[in-house]
Amino acid sequence: MSQVPLTHILFVSTALFFIGMYGLLTRRNMITMLMSVELILNSVNINFIAFNRYLYPSRLDGVFFTLFIVAIAAAEAAVAIAIIINLYRNFGSIDVESAEEMKY
Amino acid sequence: MSASAVVFYILSFFIVASALLAVTSRKIFRSAIWLLFTLTGIAGLYFWLQMEFVAAVQIVVYVGGIVVLIIFSIFLTQQSGKDLPVPVRGRAVFSILAACAGFVLTCLILRGYVFRPADQAPDSVGAGASAGAGANVGNIGAQLLSTSEHGYVLPFEVISILLLAAMIGCIVIAMKTKPEHR
Repeated sequence: MSQVPLTHILFVSTALFFIGMYGLLTRRNMITMLMSVELILNSVNINFIAFNRYLYPSRLDGVFFTLFIVAIAAAEAAVAIAIIINLYRNFGSIDVESAEEMKY
Repeated sequence: MSASAVVFYILSFFIVASALLAVTSRKIFRSAIWLLFTLTGIAGLYFWLQMEFVAAVQIVVYVGGIVVLIIFSIFLTQQSGKDLPVPVRGRAVFSILAACAGFVLTCLILRGYVFRPADQAPDSVGAGASAGAGANVGNIGAQLLSTSEHGYVLPFEVISILLLAAMIGCIVIAMKTKPEHR
């Protein structure tokens, strides 16, 4: 582990973040946009774990932040999928362009 | 280059390649499966960093929970054999430009910055067996639920309330309304 510099792990997480960003900008389907958001959250988690491992090896704060982010991501995915299913029931499509009216 | 470094580069290539396929695949079901591979690769990266508990949480929550939920919702909301529409050309070009520019800028900043550990001498970073001793499950659990100065019991309880609220909210949102006013 010590042969790989911290910067290379950060390069990987940066690449993952911008891949998720590209997906979020190009995809118009709500489920694929949710997948891109998961990629972005995972790149942040990699950053927290790598910083904790390399810069503060005697402490655990990065681990806790990662665990909380994972819990929040799970809650967010569940709420997003409930909204998507409700939207599909009302509009018959989960394309973001077709959901134009924010009405119940 | 040691075996550990080779493992890291293989893992990161796997993660980045399957993430790219996940955001560019034209079939939504394949996209979900590539996302599954990406998340598993990230769990492998956590194993490589000797954070076994976080890797286990990653596999259980993401691979076992979120991806299964996404696949269920794909089955519920659309025909999985149908192709996704091609993104508009102008939007795709500008998205690629924005993502590449952001990536290059961030990498340039990262390359010029010197990271140094705060509580150790710079030459002993990550070396030695004592570095992995802090992250075992016992220490994580004790500090997560401790009420002392560096304990995390208050965020833990807040997250519990958040999960409860999210669960009730999901049920309320996805519930079918009774057709009584018909």
